[in-house]
Amino acid sequence: MLLILFAFAVMGLFVPIRYGNRFAFISSLIVFAYSLYLFLTFPISAEYQYVADYSWVQSLGIHFKVGIDGISILLVMLTTFLTPLIIFSVRKSEPRPRAFYSLILFMEMALIGVFVSMDGFLFYIFWEIALIPIYFICLLWGGKDRVKITLKFFIYTIAGSLFMLVALIYLYLHTPAQHSFDISALYAAGKSLDPHAQSILFWFFFLAFGIKMPVFPLHTWQPDTYTDAPTQGTMMLSGIMLKMGIYGLIRWMIPMLPQGLAQNAECMLWLAVAGIIYAGIIAFTQKDMKRLFAYSSIAHVGLIAAGIFAFNGQGLQGGIIQMLSHGINVVGLFFIIDIIQSRTGTRNIPSLGGIRLKAPYLATVFAIIMLGAIALPLTDGFPGEFLLISGVFKFNNIAGAVAGFTIIIGAVYMLRTYQNSMLGETSVETDNFTDLTMTEKTVLIPIVIMVILIGVWPNLFLKVSEPAIMKLLSGI
Amino acid sequence: MNTLLILSALGVIALFAEIFRFRKGLFPLILLGLAAAFIFTANQYNHPHVFFGMMNFDNYAVIFSCSILVIAFLWFMMAKNYFLQETSVTDHFSLILFSLVGAVVMVSFSNLTMLFLGIEILSVSVYVLAASDKSNVMSNESGFKYFLMGSFATGFLLFGITLIYGVTGSFDLATIHTQLTTTNEKGLVLAGILLLLVGLSFKSSLAPFHFWAPDVYEGAPTTVTTYMATVVKTAAFAAFFRLFSTCFTAAGNWSDILWWMVVLTLFIGNVSAVRQKSLKRLLAYSSVAHAGYIAIAIVSMSATSASAIFYYTLTYSISSITAFTILFIVSRYKGSKDISAFEGMSKANPLLAFAMTVAMLSLAGIPPTAGFFAKYYVFLTAINHGNTLLVLLAVIAALIGIYYYFRVIIAMYFKPEQQLVPIQVGPLHRTVLIITTVLTLLLGLFPNLVLGWI
Repeated sequence: MLLILFAFAVMGLFVPIRYGNRFAFISSLIVFAYSLYLFLTFPISAEYQYVADYSWVQSLGIHFKVGIDGISILLVMLTTFLTPLIIFSVRKSEPRPRAFYSLILFMEMALIGVFVSMDGFLFYIFWEIALIPIYFICLLWGGKDRVKITLKFFIYTIAGSLFMLVALIYLYLHTPAQHSFDISALYAAGKSLDPHAQSILFWFFFLAFGIKMPVFPLHTWQPDTYTDAPTQGTMMLSGIMLKMGIYGLIRWMIPMLPQGLAQNAECMLWLAVAGIIYAGIIAFTQKDMKRLFAYSSIAHVGLIAAGIFAFNGQGLQGGIIQMLSHGINVVGLFFIIDIIQSRTGTRNIPSLGGIRLKAPYLATVFAIIMLGAIALPLTDGFPGEFLLISGVFKFNNIAGAVAGFTIIIGAVYMLRTYQNSMLGETSVETDNFTDLTMTEKTVLIPIVIMVILIGVWPNLFLKVSEPAIMKLLSGI
Repeated sequence: MNTLLILSALGVIALFAEIFRFRKGLFPLILLGLAAAFIFTANQYNHPHVFFGMMNFDNYAVIFSCSILVIAFLWFMMAKNYFLQETSVTDHFSLILFSLVGAVVMVSFSNLTMLFLGIEILSVSVYVLAASDKSNVMSNESGFKYFLMGSFATGFLLFGITLIYGVTGSFDLATIHTQLTTTNEKGLVLAGILLLLVGLSFKSSLAPFHFWAPDVYEGAPTTVTTYMATVVKTAAFAAFFRLFSTCFTAAGNWSDILWWMVVLTLFIGNVSAVRQKSLKRLLAYSSVAHAGYIAIAIVSMSATSASAIFYYTLTYSISSITAFTILFIVSRYKGSKDISAFEGMSKANPLLAFAMTVAMLSLAGIPPTAGFFAKYYVFLTAINHGNTLLVLLAVIAALIGIYYYFRVIIAMYFKPEQQLVPIQVGPLHRTVLIITTVLTLLLGLFPNLVLGWI
């Protein structure tokens, strides 16, 4: 069943030249419709659904094994929901060749693959494949320093992945004879190791996932890459790709190496909290809007990581719902930046202002998404941050308090950005600002709807992932 | 044995072609002959055949012979122009065919004299071929250098064989193995093994015996370089592994020494490649680096080593043929072998650029290409054997590798194009590129296709 999904994504590679955009949009919509169908009919249970298992490399115990549980269905939904929007957000005035669209579809395939793999080797393959399209998207359509920055990004992330590969092989060799990469076999193998070995492997995995997320201090590739990537690339990276890292933590690293977590949880938690504060402070001083949101993204991810390392029901649930809302918010925000930049030619906050007078729609949409990012109650950020902070608090009071405090920093710089760009007098750059076009509305309205939907009715999503989370927790 | 007969006969026919004036028909004839040799060899699979105790055509030999024949087939298709332009075409044909005979002997020997003969048959032909661009000083230098250094290495090899013979009283691999377990002459044995190690490391360009490789690779005609990087390397490693796995598993701690050589090779190869301007020299250093990865499987001698080496050499050769073919096409067209000659290729020749990208990704070891699985398999073998530290070092070396392979990709996709005129690619080259690119992806996705054989 899931193979149909892959087939669609692969088909995107053979788009007719002229209708590249439309074809990609429609095929991604079909994939979305399919995953929506899966979501709506998804039974609330802790077991994997729609498992497909084919032998791939028989002699090495590698299987093509995919399946969906409550955690992965949400991420698959997120991916398939955002991809059509990202494709649609390409502006008509900047035509992209079909290679661009097929790379995005290819990437969507790899991302979905990451979220549904139930075989360690398969997971690794998808994990790496996802890197290639985004590398080319950034390299071919990025900003002026793209060569250096994308190469740094690529080598950085692959460095982490290779260490993960070593760790995976190590675990694989500790599975019983006739080794296997099956997820349950790897879980068992990881748990059987002594705490010291687990701790070392934990760090290996952490390198891969921590770089991808990115967690302080492994984040140095991120602001540059986000800033220089084309808007769609940034959306892909921040909206979906960094969820790969978080998903990896939840699905692979922690269940496999519970002792490793137990030994390092404190350290990890403080790293994450340090990252929140650090990124918050740096974001505070940014003048470039895109960079500001890149740093704010590090802060948000830091909080998610903290919640996950706390490893209790609230933390994990919060992490998952926050992944969804962060993905949605950040895609919306980066698109708004793109709109502002294409109209005014600048992303520099001080030279903006008064956009609300010229473009009330944009200002309203921006406000809603921004409030979501600040985590105001009834927006999508709230349930996630609430659960995350209570999860962290349960684990360590002080860390919880510090993490809670950082929300205020976030609110301050976000609101200040809003104030300086939307309110006040118009500047030379914003004098001729026009409001949202039909296309832009089509992209932003679903995002706004989701922002409010998750905020008002988080249980719609929480209840799907709950049994799977409980199973994870009880497995340790 | 049939393989050897067919190849030798082809070589002799090629020599006579000049006299009887059928040069035109020679090329298809050789392709047919190679195909026939392949079929005869493949037929011997699971029918081990010992030839007077000198050669043993077991499955290992059959598989490696097949792989060498396939690579040689692709190579002939790639290198046809080389034979068209030069004056003494038929000599080249026969030299290559004779060197193939040497390669087949190298993968199927069961006696040290045959190993020596195989290496010599292979090497002497390649010495001449390296210098075959007679009017080019670089090519002459390359041939001369290769010959001088190669003779030294042969000397070491021979000396090593003598010492081993002195201790065990036999050239036969099985006898040596049994004798070595009981002998008291540990020192002599170790000296012999080390001398053999030096000789074979030279042939497979392991540091610190790799110094000839960059110069020779760069100076030799591109087609001959391709041949050295693919067929010669495959044969050298197959022989290396066959010798050490059958004779010396129980003797001496040579694997510690090889361990250090591997680390040295990985870093010298990868780090030196970073700064190269010329793609040909870059590929030469990368070939040194890849020798390091392959040798990891020899250091970690275990049940999966043979198939790891087989898979690695095969996929490395296939990707190398892609890379060298494109280099050959581009350098003939633009008169430059530098990376800068590739700038803007994605606009002018998108398919060529795609093939090159796949080859580079494969050499860099990035999924879903075959190069990834090859590295993975080698790493798996090594960790299984307890060489985790070596794998970690190899991972770091691989990261350096990614940097320079991506320089080529970046040049193709990023730099503004100098010439928008697409390069014309001949039908034969096109076929080769399609086959190798498809194989690279196919073997990466379905390694099972070849893995189960050995």
